Amino acid sequence: MLADRDDGTVVRHGALVVKAHAPDTDPEAHRARLALAGHGDVAGVFLPPLPFADAGLDAQDGFDGRPVTVWPYGSPVDPEDPDAAPWEEAARLLAALHRTPPPGGSAAGLPEMRARVKVRLAVDRMVRAAPGHPATATVLGAWRTLPDRDGGPDTGQGGTAEAVRTLCHGDFHLGQLVRDGGTAADRAPGRWRLIDIDDVGLGDPAWDLARPAAWFAAGILPPEVWSRFLGAYQEAAGPAVGADPWVRLDVPARALTVQTAALAVAKATAGRRELDEVEVVMIDTCARIAGHRTDSAGSAST
Amino acid sequence: MQCPKCHAAMHTYNRNGVQIEQCSGCRGIFLDFGELEALTRLESQWAQQAPPAPPAYPAQPAAPAWGAPHHGGHHGGGHYRQRGFGRMLFSS
Repeated sequence: MLADRDDGTVVRHGALVVKAHAPDTDPEAHRARLALAGHGDVAGVFLPPLPFADAGLDAQDGFDGRPVTVWPYGSPVDPEDPDAAPWEEAARLLAALHRTPPPGGSAAGLPEMRARVKVRLAVDRMVRAAPGHPATATVLGAWRTLPDRDGGPDTGQGGTAEAVRTLCHGDFHLGQLVRDGGTAADRAPGRWRLIDIDDVGLGDPAWDLARPAAWFAAGILPPEVWSRFLGAYQEAAGPAVGADPWVRLDVPARALTVQTAALAVAKATAGRRELDEVEVVMIDTCARIAGHRTDSAGSAST
Repeated sequence: MQCPKCHAAMHTYNRNGVQIEQCSGCRGIFLDFGELEALTRLESQWAQQAPPAPPAYPAQPAAPAWGAPHHGGHHGGGHYRQRGFGRMLFSS
């Protein structure tokens, strides 16, 4: 068992990984996402799924109606060694994804990427789990600076110019990278690939850079690491940001700060524990976001 | 090669026949044995038409107005190796 969360259960069996996706997964959106991950146009970006029959399973909707997918096992980034994290490779993978025109065929009909809606879900979860937590009001204050808070498509109220719209991962973080092991005959060290299709879709690619941007802005990701990540993305001609990256990153990075802080408050409350030092930094960042709302949210506030 | 300081890729440039490696991340420069002497020699030879200086050590990357106030110092990143941030780096 690699993971068992409310958004999916992941089990490893030897060289295979089987994922039972969330019960409320939209079947049509799921099929389009799965088709994209196996599409030749993104062959070097996403870890491709295995044909279902290879796993010796015969019912694609087998587990309580939850979609099930099968993937080759790939070794992840070592969480104990953040210095070894492949920041440049990750940036180049995202740039390649963002530069790929959305393919047709069975991958057509991709839904909106889910990064935006996940912010609202995190805030909802915090309000349900920790209505009286002292940090909840702080996080909500930052949340109210954001445009388009319902999680729908970008209406352009973010104060940015015309929105770029590309293929997006929708939930990028370092846990979404594995080395593709290749075939048994191919012993070459595997290339890094993106995994987890559940939030993939079309949208503003700046959201895929927003987590590292938020960590940097909060002061917890070292500036040189952020420079490496952003520089590699720009060198690979990623379309998410222009010459001044924060024109596009400001709203998504504020949103991911809110999301991270909200989940921290919800999880700390559920676990009956205090916020840890890093979580407190994210709450403090929310306080600064709320304090700057007249500067940065402007007319976008409702 | 990788930068020994920040681990970004280093790119090779040719300055008047002297190969220098410059980091794409922190803009630091690596000189092989003898290259500093070669550059010094060139400088004294062409004092009137000195080659342009390499790019200055980088300014801190741009940050938003609501960013942490201690950007620019070495304080940033102090949480980088803490377990809490490790968890945050790897979870949705």
